Amino acid sequence: MRGTIIVIGAFAAALLFSTSAWVQQLPAIKSTTVDLPAGDRMFPGGSSADAINNNCLACHSADMVLNQPALPRATWEAEVRKMINVYRAPIDESDVASIVAYLVKTKGED
Amino acid sequence: MKQNPNRNIRGRDLLHVPVAGAGATADATAVTSLFPRVLSRRSMLRRIGLAGLSLAAVPAWAEELVKLSLPSGPREREITHDFPQKGTMILQRTRPPLLETPMEVFDRGVFTPNDRFYVRWHWAVIPNSVDVNTFRLSVHGHVNQSLSLSMSEILSLPRVDLAAVNQCSGNSRGFFLPRVTGAQWAHGAMGNAKWTGVRLKDVLDRAGVKAGAIQVRFNGLDEPVVPDAPDFKKSLAIDHAGNGEVMIAFAMNDEQLPLLNGFPLRLIVPGWYSTYWVKMLSDIEVLDKPDDDYWMALAYTIPDTPNANITPGQTGVKMVPINRMVPRSFFTNLAEGASVPAGTSVPVRGIAFGGDTGVATVDLSSDGGRSWQPTALGKDHGKYSFRQWETTVPLSEKGSHSLMVRCTNLAGDVQPSSPNWNTSGFMRNVIETVRLTAT
Repeated sequence: MRGTIIVIGAFAAALLFSTSAWVQQLPAIKSTTVDLPAGDRMFPGGSSADAINNNCLACHSADMVLNQPALPRATWEAEVRKMINVYRAPIDESDVASIVAYLVKTKGED
Repeated sequence: MKQNPNRNIRGRDLLHVPVAGAGATADATAVTSLFPRVLSRRSMLRRIGLAGLSLAAVPAWAEELVKLSLPSGPREREITHDFPQKGTMILQRTRPPLLETPMEVFDRGVFTPNDRFYVRWHWAVIPNSVDVNTFRLSVHGHVNQSLSLSMSEILSLPRVDLAAVNQCSGNSRGFFLPRVTGAQWAHGAMGNAKWTGVRLKDVLDRAGVKAGAIQVRFNGLDEPVVPDAPDFKKSLAIDHAGNGEVMIAFAMNDEQLPLLNGFPLRLIVPGWYSTYWVKMLSDIEVLDKPDDDYWMALAYTIPDTPNANITPGQTGVKMVPINRMVPRSFFTNLAEGASVPAGTSVPVRGIAFGGDTGVATVDLSSDGGRSWQPTALGKDHGKYSFRQWETTVPLSEKGSHSLMVRCTNLAGDVQPSSPNWNTSGFMRNVIETVRLTAT
């Protein structure tokens, strides 16, 4: 609380020397705490989605993938490799084929 | 996502309150005033789906959805009210959040309200609490004196304010053909705000940049989930960083930043794509060699060609970091497929921006681009701001009509008539077209 008062005090002092009319209306900067949605909805598809559910949801929610357009198999293979090689997703090599298969089935161009 | 018990109620209300953007009474007033005639719900929905967005006619029990006018599916997106300090937004991704601004927001004013301003994060570890009493901005690297600045020290520096458009590099990526991976944005990954803060130059001068400095690198409080993944950092050339225009903002539109827009401090890089506008800015590092990290050397790079344009499949192209924005213009009061009364003058309006310089003209064509007529421009809020435009178009004959809008900036750059393409879906700025039916 004491810190807050110091910040507000410093802010008020700064305002005295401000020349811009609209800046003077700026309220004090206050500490902020929020809650963010969990985004823990699973990929649909039962057991065919096991690999993608087990490997991909730690870093991002499923909706990002489900909002993608249909794309060629090579694009989905490259995307999974990028997650592993660039973004360091700890995906078990034995799950890669199942993840790609799910993406091709749900978002493939056939 | 957790099922929200209010969702069913909101979904049902939608059937009785035909308002794009769902639910807010102010929307109904604003939109209705554009169309004084009494309209059926169906035609109203078609008309107010503003520039590519329309509410899908969803069953009462369903979640609220919008339908984006993308060239292929999926086009439906969930409407969300679940994010802190945010109103009605289009949900592109829950975690880390990607929230798009509905187009009708841009019809209501030249500044985008903070609670409707789009949101884009790379990594899911985002502090959900920031204590302004303990927060420090670190300045270090190739400087005479490292700094650790408190918020009160930052607030005591000389203040500047600036209206500037913040636009994602991939805004409108969903319209790319062939389609590309990434956030499938329509046109709402952009916004315009009045930013208040301090000059980056003043902060760098206080630290004292040593001779031989090449770049300045910026880092925020967000972190990757996987510890050895590349932390999101971006760099600017030393001359750009110290040009007196690049700012450290502590307020947007006269209020502190929403947490999801970068509270408590955000870098403002006027005229440049938002990838450089580092959120929750906590660390400034002056470099004496070029930043070759992933986020500068590989990610957010574009073909070094006019309009960053290549042919799909083309390889061996020189790539450079994305940089200055290019001119764009949009319809905000007419949706794709809207019907209008024949034999009348139809009011048409929207917003435009010049990119890294101001708007010179915004022209409208109703004959497929053969001839162009100037529109009236709204108040000039500075060269980096949105600029409103408006005109009327006589549509005497019944049937289909296409309107096109084109911005020319003060450097003479004009929006292209055919879309650019690149593998990342960056820098789209083709002339926008809206198809109308006069009945």
